[in-house]
Amino acid sequence: MIEVQEVTKRYGTFSALDNISFSIKKGEIVAFLGPNGAGKTTTMRIITGFMPPTSGTIRIAGFDGLASPMAIKKQIGYLPETPPLYLELTVQEYLTFVGRIKGLDPAQLLSRMDKIIEQTGLKEVQGRVIGHLSRGYRQRVGLAQALIHNPPVLILDEPTTGLDPNQIIEIRDLIKNLAGSHTIILSTHLLAEATAICQRVIIIHKGKIVAIDTPEQLSAKLQQSETLSLTVEQTYPDFALELGRLPGVLAVTQGTSPNSFMLETQQGRDIRSEVTKFIVSREIGLLEIKAQPLTLEDAFKVLTKESPADR
Amino acid sequence: MNPVQTIVAKELRSYFVSPVVYVIGAIFLAMVGLLAYSTVASASNQALRLMQIQNTYAQLNLNELLFRPLFRSMNLILIIVIPLLTMRLFAEERKLRTFELLLTSPIGINEIVSGKFMSVLVIYSGMLSLTTLIPITLSAYATFDWRPVYLGYFALLLQGGLMLGIGVLASSLTENQIIAAFLSFGMILALWMTGALSSAMGETPLGHILAYLSFTEHFERLIRGLLNLKDVLYYLSGMAFMWFATHQVIDSYRWK
Repeated sequence: MIEVQEVTKRYGTFSALDNISFSIKKGEIVAFLGPNGAGKTTTMRIITGFMPPTSGTIRIAGFDGLASPMAIKKQIGYLPETPPLYLELTVQEYLTFVGRIKGLDPAQLLSRMDKIIEQTGLKEVQGRVIGHLSRGYRQRVGLAQALIHNPPVLILDEPTTGLDPNQIIEIRDLIKNLAGSHTIILSTHLLAEATAICQRVIIIHKGKIVAIDTPEQLSAKLQQSETLSLTVEQTYPDFALELGRLPGVLAVTQGTSPNSFMLETQQGRDIRSEVTKFIVSREIGLLEIKAQPLTLEDAFKVLTKESPADR
Repeated sequence: MNPVQTIVAKELRSYFVSPVVYVIGAIFLAMVGLLAYSTVASASNQALRLMQIQNTYAQLNLNELLFRPLFRSMNLILIIVIPLLTMRLFAEERKLRTFELLLTSPIGINEIVSGKFMSVLVIYSGMLSLTTLIPITLSAYATFDWRPVYLGYFALLLQGGLMLGIGVLASSLTENQIIAAFLSFGMILALWMTGALSSAMGETPLGHILAYLSFTEHFERLIRGLLNLKDVLYYLSGMAFMWFATHQVIDSYRWK
Protein backbone atom coordinates (compact mmCIF):
# COMPACT_ATOMS: atom_id res chain seq x y z
CA MET A 1 0.00 0.00 0.00
CA ILE A 2 2.73 2.43 0.97
CA GLU A 3 6.19 2.10 -0.43
CA VAL A 4 8.97 4.46 0.50
CA GLN A 5 12.21 3.93 -1.33
CA GLU A 6 15.56 5.51 -0.57
CA VAL A 7 14.01 8.79 0.49
CA THR A 8 16.41 11.53 1.53
CA LYS A 9 15.49 15.04 2.63
CA ARG A 10 18.15 17.67 3.02
CA TYR A 11 17.88 21.22 4.30
CA GLY A 12 21.06 22.82 3.06
CA THR A 13 23.76 20.56 4.41
CA PHE A 14 21.58 19.12 7.19
CA SER A 15 20.05 15.74 6.41
CA ALA A 16 16.62 15.47 8.01
CA LEU A 17 16.11 12.05 6.44
CA ASP A 18 18.93 9.88 5.24
CA ASN A 19 18.08 7.21 2.68
CA ILE A 20 15.10 5.60 4.35
CA SER A 21 13.11 2.74 2.81
CA PHE A 22 10.16 0.74 4.08
CA SER A 23 6.89 -0.65 2.86
CA ILE A 24 3.55 -1.06 4.57
CA LYS A 25 0.89 -3.58 3.64
CA LYS A 26 -2.80 -2.88 3.27
CA GLY A 27 -4.65 -2.76 6.58
CA GLU A 28 -1.55 -2.56 8.77
CA ILE A 29 -1.09 -0.16 11.66
CA VAL A 30 2.49 0.99 11.84
CA ALA A 31 4.07 3.34 14.34
CA PHE A 32 6.94 5.71 13.75
CA LEU A 33 8.77 5.82 17.01
CA GLY A 34 11.49 8.26 17.78
CA PRO A 35 12.44 11.26 19.93
CA ASN A 36 11.51 14.78 18.87
CA GLY A 37 13.48 15.89 15.84
CA ALA A 38 14.13 12.33 14.68
CA GLY A 39 12.45 12.90 11.32
CA LYS A 40 8.99 11.46 11.97
CA THR A 41 7.07 14.55 10.91
CA THR A 42 9.31 15.09 7.89
CA THR A 43 8.67 11.52 6.73
CA MET A 44 4.94 12.00 7.13
CA ARG A 45 4.94 15.31 5.30
CA ILE A 46 6.77 13.70 2.41
CA ILE A 47 4.31 10.80 2.24
CA THR A 48 1.33 13.18 2.26
CA GLY A 49 2.83 15.23 -0.54
CA PHE A 50 3.09 18.37 1.62
CA MET A 51 6.76 18.57 0.71
CA PRO A 52 8.79 16.78 -1.94
CA PRO A 53 11.79 14.63 -0.98
CA THR A 54 15.28 15.67 -2.08
CA SER A 55 15.63 12.23 -3.65
CA GLY A 56 13.86 8.89 -3.58
CA THR A 57 10.38 7.73 -4.51
CA ILE A 58 7.04 7.24 -2.79
CA ARG A 59 4.26 5.02 -4.08
CA ILE A 60 0.84 4.91 -2.48
CA ALA A 61 -1.83 2.49 -3.73
CA GLY A 62 0.20 2.20 -6.91
CA PHE A 63 0.40 5.95 -7.59
CA ASP A 64 3.77 7.63 -7.86
CA GLY A 65 4.30 10.62 -5.57
CA LEU A 66 5.90 12.85 -8.16
CA ALA A 67 3.88 11.84 -11.22
CA SER A 68 0.39 11.93 -9.72
CA PRO A 69 0.30 14.02 -6.53
CA MET A 70 -3.44 14.70 -6.79
CA ALA A 71 -4.31 10.99 -6.99
CA ILE A 72 -2.15 10.37 -3.93
CA LYS A 73 -3.71 13.21 -1.97
CA LYS A 74 -7.14 11.63 -2.49
CA GLN A 75 -5.86 8.38 -0.96
CA ILE A 76 -4.62 9.98 2.24
CA GLY A 77 -6.21 11.38 5.36
CA TYR A 78 -3.69 13.40 7.34
CA LEU A 79 -3.79 14.65 10.89
CA PRO A 80 -0.79 16.93 11.46
CA GLU A 81 0.73 17.45 14.89
CA THR A 82 -1.33 20.62 15.33
CA PRO A 83 -4.85 19.79 14.13
CA PRO A 84 -5.57 22.12 11.18
CA LEU A 85 -8.75 23.71 12.50
CA TYR A 86 -10.57 26.88 11.50
CA LEU A 87 -11.52 28.06 14.96
CA GLU A 88 -14.29 30.38 13.78
CA LEU A 89 -16.29 27.63 12.05
CA THR A 90 -18.64 25.13 13.66
CA VAL A 91 -17.70 21.45 13.59
CA GLN A 92 -20.24 20.79 10.84
CA GLU A 93 -19.21 23.76 8.70
CA TYR A 94 -15.60 22.75 9.04
CA LEU A 95 -16.16 19.12 8.08
CA THR A 96 -18.30 20.23 5.13
CA PHE A 97 -15.48 22.45 3.92
CA VAL A 98 -12.89 19.70 4.29
CA GLY A 99 -15.14 17.16 2.57
CA ARG A 100 -15.59 19.49 -0.38
CA ILE A 101 -11.93 20.26 -0.87
CA LYS A 102 -11.21 16.54 -0.64
CA GLY A 103 -13.50 16.14 -3.64
CA LEU A 104 -16.67 14.62 -2.17
CA ASP A 105 -19.93 15.37 -3.98
CA PRO A 106 -22.89 16.61 -1.90
CA ALA A 107 -24.55 13.20 -1.61
CA GLN A 108 -21.36 11.45 -0.49
CA LEU A 109 -20.62 14.29 1.90
CA LEU A 110 -24.00 14.00 3.55
CA SER A 111 -23.71 10.27 4.17
CA ARG A 112 -20.06 10.46 5.32
CA MET A 113 -20.72 13.38 7.64
CA ASP A 114 -23.22 11.57 9.88
CA LYS A 115 -21.06 8.48 9.98
CA ILE A 116 -17.90 10.34 10.92
CA ILE A 117 -19.57 12.50 13.55
CA GLU A 118 -20.95 9.32 15.09
CA GLN A 119 -17.64 7.45 14.84
CA THR A 120 -15.54 10.19 16.41
CA GLY A 121 -18.10 10.96 19.11
CA LEU A 122 -18.74 14.53 18.04
CA LYS A 123 -22.52 14.33 18.03
CA GLU A 124 -23.18 16.64 20.96
CA VAL A 125 -20.75 19.33 19.77
CA GLN A 126 -21.44 19.26 16.02
CA GLY A 127 -23.13 22.66 16.02
CA ARG A 128 -20.54 24.34 18.20
CA VAL A 129 -17.75 26.66 17.14
CA ILE A 130 -14.42 24.80 17.13
CA GLY A 131 -12.67 27.61 19.01
CA HIS A 132 -14.88 26.88 22.02
CA LEU A 133 -14.10 23.16 22.18
CA SER A 134 -11.73 21.46 24.60
CA ARG A 135 -8.46 20.00 23.49
CA GLY A 136 -9.75 16.45 23.39
CA TYR A 137 -12.67 17.42 21.19
CA ARG A 138 -10.41 19.42 18.90
CA GLN A 139 -8.23 16.37 18.45
CA ARG A 140 -11.32 14.37 17.53
CA VAL A 141 -12.37 17.01 15.02
CA GLY A 142 -8.86 16.72 13.61
CA LEU A 143 -9.32 12.97 13.32
CA ALA A 144 -12.76 13.41 11.75
CA GLN A 145 -11.20 15.76 9.22
CA ALA A 146 -8.68 13.09 8.25
CA LEU A 147 -11.44 10.49 7.88
CA ILE A 148 -14.15 12.47 6.09
CA HIS A 149 -13.32 11.29 2.57
CA ASN A 150 -12.89 7.69 3.75
CA PRO A 151 -9.26 7.47 2.63
CA PRO A 152 -7.57 4.07 2.46
CA VAL A 153 -4.45 5.53 4.09
CA LEU A 154 -4.38 7.47 7.35
CA ILE A 155 -1.34 9.42 8.51
CA LEU A 156 -1.57 10.59 12.12
CA ASP A 157 1.20 12.74 13.57
CA GLU A 158 1.33 12.27 17.35
CA PRO A 159 -2.44 11.82 17.69
CA THR A 160 -2.40 11.54 21.49
CA THR A 161 0.08 14.27 22.47
CA GLY A 162 -1.30 16.79 24.92
CA LEU A 163 -4.40 14.82 25.85
CA ASP A 164 -5.35 13.65 29.32
CA PRO A 165 -5.22 9.89 30.11
CA ASN A 166 -8.92 9.28 29.44
CA GLN A 167 -8.78 11.07 26.14
CA ILE A 168 -5.65 9.14 25.19
CA ILE A 169 -7.46 5.85 25.74
CA GLU A 170 -10.45 7.05 23.70
CA ILE A 171 -8.33 8.15 20.79
CA ARG A 172 -6.30 4.92 20.87
CA ASP A 173 -9.49 2.83 20.83
CA LEU A 174 -10.76 4.87 17.91
CA ILE A 175 -7.57 4.26 15.99
CA LYS A 176 -7.65 0.55 16.79
CA ASN A 177 -11.20 0.35 15.46
CA LEU A 178 -10.11 1.90 12.20
CA ALA A 179 -7.50 -0.78 11.60
CA GLY A 180 -8.20 -3.32 8.94
CA SER A 181 -10.31 -1.02 6.80
CA HIS A 182 -7.54 1.58 6.73
CA THR A 183 -3.79 1.45 6.46
CA ILE A 184 -2.52 3.61 9.30
CA ILE A 185 0.79 5.24 10.08
CA LEU A 186 1.02 7.07 13.36
CA SER A 187 3.95 8.68 15.05
CA THR A 188 4.69 8.77 18.72
CA HIS A 189 7.56 9.25 21.09
CA LEU A 190 6.09 6.81 23.59
CA LEU A 191 7.35 3.25 23.43
CA ALA A 192 4.29 1.97 25.27
CA GLU A 193 1.91 3.61 22.85
CA ALA A 194 3.64 2.13 19.84
CA THR A 195 3.55 -1.35 21.30
CA ALA A 196 -0.05 -0.99 22.48
CA ILE A 197 -1.75 -0.25 19.17
CA CYS A 198 0.57 -1.14 16.34
CA GLN A 199 1.39 -4.28 14.43
CA ARG A 200 4.80 -3.02 13.45
CA VAL A 201 7.09 -0.35 14.75
CA ILE A 202 9.54 1.65 12.69
CA ILE A 203 12.13 3.28 14.88
CA ILE A 204 13.62 6.46 13.50
CA HIS A 205 16.59 8.19 15.02
CA LYS A 206 18.49 11.15 13.59
CA GLY A 207 16.90 10.72 10.17
CA LYS A 208 17.70 7.03 9.88
CA ILE A 209 15.66 3.90 10.38
CA VAL A 210 17.14 2.09 13.35
CA ALA A 211 14.78 -0.88 13.45
CA ILE A 212 11.61 -2.23 11.89
CA ASP A 213 9.98 -4.95 13.95
CA THR A 214 6.84 -6.23 15.60
CA PRO A 215 6.19 -4.94 19.11
CA GLU A 216 6.65 -8.48 20.54
CA GLN A 217 10.08 -8.98 19.07
CA LEU A 218 11.01 -5.45 19.93
CA SER A 219 10.17 -5.91 23.58
CA ALA A 220 11.97 -9.26 23.58
CA LYS A 221 15.10 -7.53 22.35
CA LEU A 222 14.69 -4.76 24.83
CA GLN A 223 14.36 -7.24 27.72
CA GLN A 224 17.70 -8.84 26.97
CA SER A 225 19.34 -6.55 29.41
CA GLU A 226 17.46 -5.56 32.48
CA THR A 227 18.27 -3.27 35.31
CA LEU A 228 17.15 -3.55 38.91
CA SER A 229 17.40 -0.68 41.29
CA LEU A 230 17.39 -1.31 45.02
CA THR A 231 17.71 0.70 48.19
CA VAL A 232 18.60 -0.68 51.62
CA GLU A 233 18.55 0.86 55.09
CA GLN A 234 22.21 0.14 55.84
CA THR A 235 25.12 -1.52 54.11
CA TYR A 236 28.37 -3.18 55.06
CA PRO A 237 31.73 -3.06 53.28
CA ASP A 238 31.44 -6.20 51.15
CA PHE A 239 27.73 -5.82 50.36
CA ALA A 240 28.24 -4.75 46.75
CA LEU A 241 30.72 -7.57 46.17
CA GLU A 242 28.36 -10.19 47.57
CA LEU A 243 25.53 -8.82 45.45
CA GLY A 244 27.72 -9.29 42.41
CA ARG A 245 28.24 -12.95 43.26
CA LEU A 246 24.48 -13.70 43.18
CA PRO A 247 23.50 -15.90 40.24
CA GLY A 248 22.20 -13.88 37.29
CA VAL A 249 23.81 -10.58 38.30
CA LEU A 250 26.18 -9.19 35.68
CA ALA A 251 27.33 -5.98 37.28
CA VAL A 252 26.68 -3.78 40.31
CA THR A 253 26.98 -0.02 40.29
CA GLN A 254 26.46 2.55 42.99
CA GLY A 255 23.13 4.40 42.69
CA THR A 256 22.38 8.01 43.47
CA SER A 257 22.80 7.61 47.23
CA PRO A 258 25.35 5.48 49.17
CA ASN A 259 22.61 3.00 50.10
CA SER A 260 21.19 2.46 46.63
CA PHE A 261 22.53 0.17 43.94
CA MET A 262 21.86 -0.66 40.32
CA LEU A 263 22.09 -4.30 39.27
CA GLU A 264 22.48 -5.24 35.66
CA THR A 265 20.97 -8.69 35.30
CA GLN A 266 21.05 -11.46 32.75
CA GLN A 267 18.68 -11.39 29.82
CA GLY A 268 15.11 -12.47 30.39
CA ARG A 269 15.72 -13.61 33.94
CA ASP A 270 13.78 -12.04 36.79
CA ILE A 271 15.92 -12.43 39.91
CA ARG A 272 14.05 -10.01 42.14
CA SER A 273 12.97 -12.72 44.57
CA GLU A 274 16.52 -14.14 44.92
CA VAL A 275 17.89 -10.65 45.57
CA THR A 276 15.14 -10.00 48.11
CA LYS A 277 15.85 -13.26 49.98
CA PHE A 278 19.56 -12.47 50.10
CA ILE A 279 19.04 -9.01 51.53
CA VAL A 280 16.49 -10.21 54.07
CA SER A 281 18.94 -12.92 55.25
CA ARG A 282 21.56 -10.22 55.90
CA GLU A 283 19.05 -8.24 57.99
CA ILE A 284 20.02 -4.84 56.60
CA GLY A 285 16.48 -3.61 55.82
CA LEU A 286 15.23 -3.69 52.25
CA LEU A 287 13.52 -0.41 51.45
CA GLU A 288 12.89 -0.71 47.73
CA ILE A 289 13.51 -3.01 44.83
CA LYS A 290 12.18 -2.53 41.33
CA ALA A 291 12.85 -3.34 37.72
CA GLN A 292 14.00 -0.14 36.08
CA PRO A 293 11.65 0.76 33.20
CA LEU A 294 13.43 1.16 29.92
CA THR A 295 13.44 4.72 28.67
CA LEU A 296 13.32 5.48 24.98
CA GLU A 297 16.96 6.52 25.14
CA ASP A 298 17.95 3.16 26.63
CA ALA A 299 15.88 1.43 23.99
CA PHE A 300 17.77 3.26 21.28
CA LYS A 301 21.07 2.26 22.80
CA VAL A 302 20.02 -1.36 22.92
CA LEU A 303 18.49 -1.40 19.47
CA THR A 304 21.25 0.39 17.68
CA LYS A 305 23.72 -2.00 19.24
CA GLU A 306 21.91 -5.24 18.66
CA SER A 307 19.96 -5.05 15.45
CA PRO A 308 22.08 -3.66 12.63
CA ALA A 309 21.01 -6.64 10.52
CA ASP A 310 17.39 -5.54 10.57
CA ARG A 311 17.95 -2.43 8.51
CA MET B 1 -19.25 23.37 -6.07
CA ASN B 2 -15.80 23.41 -7.59
CA PRO B 3 -12.77 23.92 -5.32
CA VAL B 4 -12.54 27.67 -6.00
CA GLN B 5 -16.18 28.20 -5.06
CA THR B 6 -15.67 26.08 -1.96
CA ILE B 7 -12.79 28.27 -0.85
CA VAL B 8 -14.67 31.48 -1.65
CA ALA B 9 -17.66 30.25 0.38
CA LYS B 10 -15.45 29.30 3.32
CA GLU B 11 -13.58 32.61 3.25
CA LEU B 12 -16.78 34.63 3.11
CA ARG B 13 -18.09 32.66 6.06
CA SER B 14 -14.87 33.32 7.99
CA TYR B 15 -15.03 37.04 7.16
CA PHE B 16 -18.60 37.41 8.30
CA VAL B 17 -18.33 35.53 11.57
CA SER B 18 -15.50 37.79 12.69
CA PRO B 19 -16.18 41.44 13.54
CA VAL B 20 -13.29 42.60 11.36
CA VAL B 21 -15.22 42.94 8.14
CA TYR B 22 -18.02 44.89 9.81
CA VAL B 23 -15.58 47.28 11.45
CA ILE B 24 -13.61 47.82 8.24
CA GLY B 25 -16.80 48.20 6.20
CA ALA B 26 -18.28 50.68 8.66
CA ILE B 27 -15.11 52.78 8.75
CA PHE B 28 -14.85 52.75 4.96
CA LEU B 29 -18.47 53.77 4.45
CA ALA B 30 -18.35 56.42 7.17
CA MET B 31 -15.22 57.98 5.69
CA VAL B 32 -16.61 57.94 2.15
CA GLY B 33 -19.92 59.37 3.35
CA LEU B 34 -18.20 62.14 5.23
CA LEU B 35 -15.99 62.96 2.25
CA ALA B 36 -18.99 62.98 -0.07
CA TYR B 37 -20.78 65.37 2.24
CA SER B 38 -17.84 67.77 2.47
CA THR B 39 -17.25 67.65 -1.30
CA VAL B 40 -20.90 68.42 -1.96
CA ALA B 41 -20.73 71.25 0.57
CA SER B 42 -17.64 72.77 -0.97
CA ALA B 43 -19.09 72.36 -4.47
CA SER B 44 -22.22 74.28 -3.48
CA ASN B 45 -20.10 76.98 -1.82
CA GLN B 46 -18.19 77.35 -5.03
CA ALA B 47 -21.47 77.60 -6.93
CA LEU B 48 -22.69 80.37 -4.60
CA ARG B 49 -19.48 82.33 -5.06
CA LEU B 50 -19.70 82.00 -8.84
CA MET B 51 -23.25 83.25 -8.71
CA GLN B 52 -22.20 86.34 -6.73
CA ILE B 53 -19.43 87.17 -9.17
CA GLN B 54 -21.24 86.49 -12.40
CA ASN B 55 -24.69 87.27 -11.10
CA THR B 56 -26.10 84.39 -13.13
CA TYR B 57 -26.79 80.73 -12.60
CA ALA B 58 -23.48 79.16 -13.31
CA GLN B 59 -23.51 75.95 -15.25
CA LEU B 60 -21.72 73.72 -12.77
CA ASN B 61 -19.89 70.63 -13.86
CA LEU B 62 -20.64 68.18 -11.05
CA ASN B 63 -18.37 65.58 -12.53
CA GLU B 64 -15.41 67.88 -12.20
CA LEU B 65 -16.37 69.56 -8.96
CA LEU B 66 -17.63 66.54 -7.10
CA PHE B 67 -17.05 63.09 -8.43
CA ARG B 68 -13.43 63.38 -9.48
CA PRO B 69 -12.22 64.65 -6.08
CA LEU B 70 -14.43 62.09 -4.39
CA PHE B 71 -13.01 59.20 -6.38
CA ARG B 72 -9.47 60.41 -5.71
CA SER B 73 -10.17 60.49 -1.99
CA MET B 74 -11.75 57.06 -2.09
CA ASN B 75 -8.62 55.79 -3.75
CA LEU B 76 -6.61 57.15 -0.81
CA ILE B 77 -8.89 55.51 1.73
CA LEU B 78 -8.41 52.20 -0.06
CA ILE B 79 -4.66 52.38 0.61
CA ILE B 80 -5.49 52.05 4.30
CA VAL B 81 -8.55 49.82 4.11
CA ILE B 82 -7.38 47.14 1.67
CA PRO B 83 -4.36 45.92 3.69
CA LEU B 84 -6.68 45.39 6.65
CA LEU B 85 -8.99 43.26 4.53
CA THR B 86 -6.32 41.05 3.04
CA MET B 87 -3.89 40.66 5.94
CA ARG B 88 -5.47 37.51 7.39
CA LEU B 89 -5.89 35.53 4.15
CA PHE B 90 -2.69 33.51 4.14
CA ALA B 91 -0.97 34.72 7.31
CA GLU B 92 -3.68 33.17 9.48
CA GLU B 93 -3.56 29.86 7.63
CA ARG B 94 0.15 29.67 8.25
CA LYS B 95 -0.15 30.65 11.90
CA LEU B 96 -2.89 28.11 12.64
CA ARG B 97 -1.23 25.41 10.53
CA THR B 98 -4.39 24.98 8.47
CA PHE B 99 -2.16 25.44 5.48
CA GLU B 100 -1.04 21.86 5.85
CA LEU B 101 -4.65 20.80 5.30
CA LEU B 102 -5.01 22.86 2.13
CA LEU B 103 -1.70 21.71 0.68
CA THR B 104 -2.36 18.04 1.39
CA SER B 105 -5.83 18.19 -0.18
CA PRO B 106 -6.42 17.33 -3.83
CA ILE B 107 -6.73 20.97 -4.89
CA GLY B 108 -4.17 23.06 -6.74
CA ILE B 109 -2.33 26.10 -5.40
CA ASN B 110 -3.87 28.07 -8.28
CA GLU B 111 -7.32 27.22 -6.94
CA ILE B 112 -6.36 28.25 -3.42
CA VAL B 113 -4.94 31.60 -4.56
CA SER B 114 -7.89 32.28 -6.89
CA GLY B 115 -10.39 31.42 -4.17
CA LYS B 116 -8.74 33.69 -1.63
CA PHE B 117 -8.46 36.55 -4.10
CA MET B 118 -12.03 36.23 -5.30
CA SER B 119 -13.47 36.08 -1.81
CA VAL B 120 -11.86 39.36 -0.83
CA LEU B 121 -12.87 40.87 -4.18
CA VAL B 122 -16.49 39.97 -3.42
CA ILE B 123 -16.28 41.72 -0.06
CA TYR B 124 -14.64 44.78 -1.56
CA SER B 125 -17.22 44.93 -4.38
CA GLY B 126 -19.96 44.79 -1.78
CA MET B 127 -18.45 47.69 0.13
CA LEU B 128 -17.97 49.66 -3.06
CA SER B 129 -21.50 49.03 -4.30
CA LEU B 130 -22.90 50.48 -1.07
CA THR B 131 -21.21 53.79 -1.92
CA THR B 132 -23.21 54.02 -5.17
CA LEU B 133 -25.94 55.45 -2.96
CA ILE B 134 -24.05 58.73 -3.23
CA PRO B 135 -24.47 59.28 -7.01
CA ILE B 136 -27.96 57.77 -6.90
CA THR B 137 -29.07 60.21 -4.19
CA LEU B 138 -27.43 63.14 -5.96
CA SER B 139 -29.11 62.30 -9.24
CA ALA B 140 -32.43 63.23 -7.63
CA TYR B 141 -31.25 66.80 -7.08
CA ALA B 142 -28.82 67.49 -9.89
CA THR B 143 -27.98 66.50 -13.39
CA PHE B 144 -24.59 65.17 -14.35
CA ASP B 145 -22.96 63.00 -16.94
CA TRP B 146 -23.22 59.36 -15.85
CA ARG B 147 -20.46 58.00 -18.06
CA PRO B 148 -17.53 59.30 -15.98
CA VAL B 149 -19.32 58.04 -12.87
CA TYR B 150 -19.64 54.54 -14.29
CA LEU B 151 -16.04 54.65 -15.39
CA GLY B 152 -15.03 56.02 -11.99
CA TYR B 153 -16.56 53.01 -10.30
CA PHE B 154 -14.97 50.74 -12.88
CA ALA B 155 -11.64 52.41 -12.06
CA LEU B 156 -12.19 51.93 -8.34
CA LEU B 157 -12.97 48.28 -8.92
CA LEU B 158 -9.77 47.77 -10.92
CA GLN B 159 -7.76 49.87 -8.50
CA GLY B 160 -9.11 47.92 -5.54
CA GLY B 161 -8.46 44.66 -7.36
CA LEU B 162 -4.82 45.56 -7.88
CA MET B 163 -4.41 46.60 -4.25
CA LEU B 164 -6.11 43.38 -3.11
CA GLY B 165 -3.66 41.44 -5.26
CA ILE B 166 -0.79 43.21 -3.50
CA GLY B 167 -2.42 42.49 -0.14
CA VAL B 168 -2.84 38.80 -0.94
CA LEU B 169 0.82 38.58 -1.92
CA ALA B 170 1.92 40.38 1.25
CA SER B 171 -0.21 38.03 3.35
CA SER B 172 1.46 35.00 1.80
CA LEU B 173 4.89 36.28 2.78
CA THR B 174 4.51 36.17 6.56
CA GLU B 175 2.56 34.45 9.27
CA ASN B 176 2.11 37.69 11.19
CA GLN B 177 -1.03 39.57 10.17
CA ILE B 178 0.23 42.95 11.35
CA ILE B 179 3.40 42.58 9.30
CA ALA B 180 1.30 41.51 6.31
CA ALA B 181 -0.82 44.66 6.65
CA PHE B 182 2.21 46.95 6.85
CA LEU B 183 3.89 45.13 4.00
CA SER B 184 0.95 45.63 1.65
CA PHE B 185 0.54 49.20 2.85
CA GLY B 186 4.20 49.81 1.99
CA MET B 187 3.96 48.15 -1.41
CA ILE B 188 0.84 50.08 -2.40
CA LEU B 189 2.42 53.31 -1.20
CA ALA B 190 5.57 52.57 -3.19
CA LEU B 191 3.50 51.98 -6.32
CA TRP B 192 1.78 55.30 -5.73
CA MET B 193 5.04 57.16 -5.08
CA THR B 194 6.51 56.10 -8.40
CA GLY B 195 4.00 58.53 -9.90
CA ALA B 196 5.47 61.44 -7.96
CA LEU B 197 8.97 60.25 -8.80
CA SER B 198 8.12 60.06 -12.48
CA SER B 199 7.03 63.70 -12.63
CA ALA B 200 10.39 64.63 -11.08
CA MET B 201 12.11 62.65 -13.82
CA GLY B 202 10.24 64.53 -16.50
CA GLU B 203 10.23 63.33 -20.09
CA THR B 204 13.02 60.77 -19.75
CA PRO B 205 12.59 57.08 -20.60
CA LEU B 206 12.81 56.19 -16.90
CA GLY B 207 10.21 58.83 -16.18
CA HIS B 208 7.83 57.22 -18.65
CA ILE B 209 8.39 53.77 -17.20
CA LEU B 210 7.77 54.97 -13.66
CA ALA B 211 4.67 56.86 -14.80
CA TYR B 212 3.36 53.69 -16.40
CA LEU B 213 4.08 51.62 -13.29
CA SER B 214 2.25 53.99 -10.97
CA PHE B 215 -1.50 53.71 -10.90
CA THR B 216 -2.03 57.49 -10.64
CA GLU B 217 -2.03 58.19 -14.37
CA HIS B 218 -4.25 55.22 -15.27
CA PHE B 219 -6.73 55.96 -12.55
CA GLU B 220 -6.86 59.65 -13.45
CA ARG B 221 -7.69 58.91 -17.09
CA LEU B 222 -10.48 56.55 -16.17
CA ILE B 223 -12.18 58.88 -13.71
CA ARG B 224 -12.07 61.62 -16.36
CA GLY B 225 -14.28 59.38 -18.43
CA LEU B 226 -11.63 58.16 -20.85
CA LEU B 227 -11.69 54.42 -21.44
CA ASN B 228 -8.37 53.24 -22.80
CA LEU B 229 -7.50 49.61 -23.31
CA LYS B 230 -3.97 50.17 -22.04
CA ASP B 231 -5.21 51.46 -18.70
CA VAL B 232 -7.45 48.45 -18.24
CA LEU B 233 -4.58 46.20 -19.29
CA TYR B 234 -2.34 47.87 -16.71
CA TYR B 235 -4.67 46.82 -13.92
CA LEU B 236 -5.38 43.35 -15.27
CA SER B 237 -1.70 42.57 -15.83
CA GLY B 238 -0.91 43.93 -12.37
CA MET B 239 -3.45 41.59 -10.80
CA ALA B 240 -2.17 38.67 -12.88
CA PHE B 241 1.36 39.41 -11.73
CA MET B 242 0.32 39.48 -8.06
CA TRP B 243 -1.58 36.22 -8.52
CA PHE B 244 1.45 34.58 -10.09
CA ALA B 245 3.85 35.89 -7.43
CA THR B 246 1.58 34.61 -4.65
CA HIS B 247 1.39 31.22 -6.37
CA GLN B 248 5.20 31.07 -6.47
CA VAL B 249 5.58 32.10 -2.84
CA ILE B 250 3.19 29.37 -1.70
CA ASP B 251 4.78 26.78 -3.92
CA SER B 252 8.14 27.66 -2.39
CA TYR B 253 6.97 26.83 1.18
CA ARG B 254 6.91 23.22 0.23
CA TRP B 255 10.59 23.28 -0.53
CA LYS B 256 11.60 24.81 2.77
